[in-house]
Amino acid sequence: MKKRYLALLLTPIAGVAAQQLSEQAPKVTAQQFVNLQQGETAHPGFRRAHAKGICVTGEFRSNGKLVEYSEASLFETGAIPFTGRFSVAGNNPTAPDLKAPVRSFALSFATSSTEQWRIAMNTPPVMAVKDPHTFYQQIQAIQAGSEAIQAFFAEHPETSEFLNWKAQYQPSGSFAAEIYNSINAFYLVNSAGEKQAVRWAMQPSVAVSADNLEGVDALHEEITHRVAKENVVFDWVFTLANDEDDENNPTQAWPDSRKQIIAGQVVITAVTPQLEGECHGINYDPLVLPTGIEATRDPILRARSAAYAESYRRRAKEALMGELEEPGNE
Amino acid sequence: MSNTQKFSLSMRLFHWAMAALIISMLAAGLLMVRSLEPWQLTILTVHKAFGVVAAVLVIARLVNRFFHQIPALPNDLSNLQKFVAQAAHWLLYLLLFAMPISGYLMQYFAARPADVFGWFRLPAALNVDIQTYALFRELHGWLALALVALVALHIAAALHHHFIRKDNVLKSML
Repeated sequence: MKKRYLALLLTPIAGVAAQQLSEQAPKVTAQQFVNLQQGETAHPGFRRAHAKGICVTGEFRSNGKLVEYSEASLFETGAIPFTGRFSVAGNNPTAPDLKAPVRSFALSFATSSTEQWRIAMNTPPVMAVKDPHTFYQQIQAIQAGSEAIQAFFAEHPETSEFLNWKAQYQPSGSFAAEIYNSINAFYLVNSAGEKQAVRWAMQPSVAVSADNLEGVDALHEEITHRVAKENVVFDWVFTLANDEDDENNPTQAWPDSRKQIIAGQVVITAVTPQLEGECHGINYDPLVLPTGIEATRDPILRARSAAYAESYRRRAKEALMGELEEPGNE
Repeated sequence: MSNTQKFSLSMRLFHWAMAALIISMLAAGLLMVRSLEPWQLTILTVHKAFGVVAAVLVIARLVNRFFHQIPALPNDLSNLQKFVAQAAHWLLYLLLFAMPISGYLMQYFAARPADVFGWFRLPAALNVDIQTYALFRELHGWLALALVALVALHIAAALHHHFIRKDNVLKSML
């Protein structure tokens, strides 16, 4: 009997030791994650990540080619409006546009009272890591400086595809000239219940050099002037996985030979500063999905709902309490 | 002295089914707002769907209650104790309504249609109202903590009746 109690007492210690031996990243919560993203000084009322951005509106013009793959009404031939947002990575709503390593494009389709689709896309096509706990360590390393991040990449061979992309990536001179990727995979589900794993990307229709850009708000000013003159158009390109591809691993791109389908064009017709636009109130949680689209088991994708919800809860409460301050550009 | 010694079978079934549901919902809710694990999305979806079940059950339970006689509280309780016991039970009912309603309204104003077991989806606003969302989000959180406290009080009172006062209160629900 005594031995059994002793064994029970030792169980937690053995558990901790086992976790350290397995070299898995320690588990973090959504609160810890958002604390790390917001840094030491939060900016009340703003998103904890990708705080600086601009609202855009326009429509998706669907050509009907995805109807056989997905029940989502959005893919039927026709046009459907969206509320979107361009942004740059980081917690600071007044950060200099050109210093951000990642640019983003988010979309919200409010198709009906029961169908909504939120999409969050970034310039890299893959994640550096496979799970949220290792992602937390990656952000810690980025904040600690270049030596820490070099060491992190060296310890994590799964980051190689991301690093290859980073090495060849040339930032363009416009939000309109970037490729934006879903990164995580999703399933298209048709009316027969058949599932097809896909990733997608927004392919730009213009090329813009970054040579003559300057100023803290360079990209925001550029897109405002551009949309005042002409519509900004992206092709919405879906890549279909086959049996060899792992849809649950966000660190690996699928081969170029995979079937691609252009579902139509995303056309931006207007731009509004974020605090005056509809996009500011929206939580672009990529797990808000319509009928006909489903989430994969990708651990990074699955972690996004809780983390986005925590960031959203904080800034929503600040908005309710009137704590949002419009930042001056100092 | 009432001649009813036990709650009716239907009332006991409602009580224990809802007890299991409420404790699971509270645990799921407190866990899913923290977890980054892959099952988080599954729990979140199930939590919202069972919220609809809880709302339907509490209405049915209240309707059922009006058709049945309830065992009287023990005679040795003071008027104050009887009042507190009754107030606590009506407060429990109030929270059982307020939890699903505040949960639904936070989804509604965040423009997130909730899927109910793949049968149908609860309608949501087309456009987000972030401040009204914040109001119901915070309310849902505070009400959940109040419900945890009240459930704990309820269990403690039942055990107190059974083991200390040695009366019929707990047995009347078994």
